[in-house]
Amino acid sequence: MAAPRVVIVGAGPAGVRAAERLVAAGLRPTVVDEGMRAGGQIYRQQPPGFTRRPEELYGTEAGRAVAVHGAFAALAGRIDYLPETLAWNIEPGLLHVARDGVARKLPYDAVILATGATDRLLPVPGWTRAGVYSLGGSQVSLKAQACAIGARVAFLGTGPLLYLVASQYLKAGVEVAAVLDTSPASARFKALPLMASRPGLLVKGAALMWKLRGVPILRGVTPLAIDGDDSGVTGIRVKDAGGREHRFAADAVAMGWHLRPETQLADLAGVPFEHDALSGLWMAQVQADGRTAVKGVYLAGDGARILGADGAEIAGTLAATSVLADHGIQVPVAEVVELIGRRAVMDRFRRGLLRAFPWPGHLAAAVPDDTLLCRCEAITAGELRRSASDLGAPEVNRAKALTRVGMGRCQGRYCGPAGQEILAAARGVALPEVGRLRGQAPVKPLSIATVVPLGVEDA
Amino acid sequence: MGLVIDGEPATALAGDTLLTAVLTNGRQLRVSEFGDGARAGFCLMGACQDCWVYTEDGDRLRACSTPVAEGMRIVTKGATWPRLG
Ligand SMILES: Cc1cc2nc3c(=O)[nH]c(=O)nc-3n(C[C@H](O)[C@H](O)[C@H](O)COP(=O)(O)OP(=O)(O)OC[C@H]3O[C@@H](n4cnc5c(N)ncnc54)[C@H](O)[C@@H]3O)c2cc1C
Ligand code: FES
Repeated sequence: MAAPRVVIVGAGPAGVRAAERLVAAGLRPTVVDEGMRAGGQIYRQQPPGFTRRPEELYGTEAGRAVAVHGAFAALAGRIDYLPETLAWNIEPGLLHVARDGVARKLPYDAVILATGATDRLLPVPGWTRAGVYSLGGSQVSLKAQACAIGARVAFLGTGPLLYLVASQYLKAGVEVAAVLDTSPASARFKALPLMASRPGLLVKGAALMWKLRGVPILRGVTPLAIDGDDSGVTGIRVKDAGGREHRFAADAVAMGWHLRPETQLADLAGVPFEHDALSGLWMAQVQADGRTAVKGVYLAGDGARILGADGAEIAGTLAATSVLADHGIQVPVAEVVELIGRRAVMDRFRRGLLRAFPWPGHLAAAVPDDTLLCRCEAITAGELRRSASDLGAPEVNRAKALTRVGMGRCQGRYCGPAGQEILAAARGVALPEVGRLRGQAPVKPLSIATVVPLGVEDA
Repeated sequence: MGLVIDGEPATALAGDTLLTAVLTNGRQLRVSEFGDGARAGFCLMGACQDCWVYTEDGDRLRACSTPVAEGMRIVTKGATWPRLG
């Protein structure tokens, strides 16, 4: 059998470990990544010329970051690496990519989609003001640009990243106005049995809370509004669990409710999706070993399930072993069994986190009518509700055609999860019944001048 | 590094993104085409597309993922109707 042509999308921990495993088996995979440098989200590298030490950039994860960067550097010359290249569409056997306005098609026998995740958002009145950023974005700003999003920052949302990024801002010398968590304190205790699967992380969590001592932390909040004037954010208002209103002055707000997998390419490839009741998200159906129902298409890392960086590395290696096995290349059974076992621990912890820091679907459903739901085209939550009540839109794709919610240039990445809740509540049906926004190519806008040649190029 | 923002000379550091460069010179990046006010980017990771600015020649740039280059001339205000696609 000729060596299979394998293309990996994403050079985060999952993509890097997948490439490494394929190279170890004698293959020469192609790695496509939109970023300028490898590392993905958590181990994002600073631009060339910036010289902060790994300990400053990655904190307690510095060792792992250096390991992933080192693993990737060691692959130089043994993979075809296409940085600053967007994979924008996929069809059977062909991946469409574009770089600097030039499109190409890469033929593949197997493709590993290791596309990572983006923040999951909930609209809050005022969230489009200058100075409001996604939580992950506020971390990117620190890591990649050594820049804080403001001088006095409020953190709103839920999940471990909320506390982590707040502590990173504090360490960078920025004033943290407050950490405002929508999850009730009680949820954390209920989730302990599942979270005990990774005791080391529980200890890290406790250390994190210690670092944040002195910062106002409110749990079980209901966001009311992000205030501001013409120049940007001036403060944030929330109601606490007891119904009391609080206002914190701030010149910037970072907000995020966990992450959502980037699944557009998997969707376009025809991978079936299922509704996950725990997270309330639609997820691509994937086996623990990365295989999907579509021949030649494998998923790994946050793009499949949010297992964290360690889990992404395991999932990347696993997906590579599946590719190898499916092409008749021998993989030690013990290796796969061990990886699947370790992945299962991560998945247990993932479920614990979702219980401890639940997605507040009820808050999404209750977003006021005049709040902008779609940041791209300034469409309000009320307009989406009216598509259900006056126009009878039964599900999200019909509502999208009627209101353009989900049609803007972010393609529903930021309005999608809340939009589902709003529509389901307006129609009085269960969340899965309103369906999910279908992916569309290009998965991100191409530069206007992109030339799409007709032929197929060799990878 | 020198660049020109809306006709005004500005400076930036090598390694800055265009978004960082504009925001170190002011609090906002651009004005929403849909009449709902100033924006300053949102996701900072190339996903939301809420940071588009234009070159004086009319090319669209995603400010959060475009490194600033010496002599860049960009327009953040009064952008035309967004060229989608
Ligand atoms: C903003 C952010 C901050 C995070 N911070 C932390 C943290 O501090 N601590 C922690 O434990 N976890 C953090 N996480 C979670 C952690 O990033 C992940 O668990 C881990 O990085 C997942 O690795 P991955 O390889 O699956 O994906 P990623 O690391 O996200 O890598 C995916 C890569 O794929 C590329 N890509 C995606 N789509 C395309 C496409 N269509 N074409 C070309 N390239 C594409 C992206 O540019 C990216 O480089 C964070 C996640 C995000 C999104
Ligand atoms: S800020 Fe979201 S794409 Fe640039």
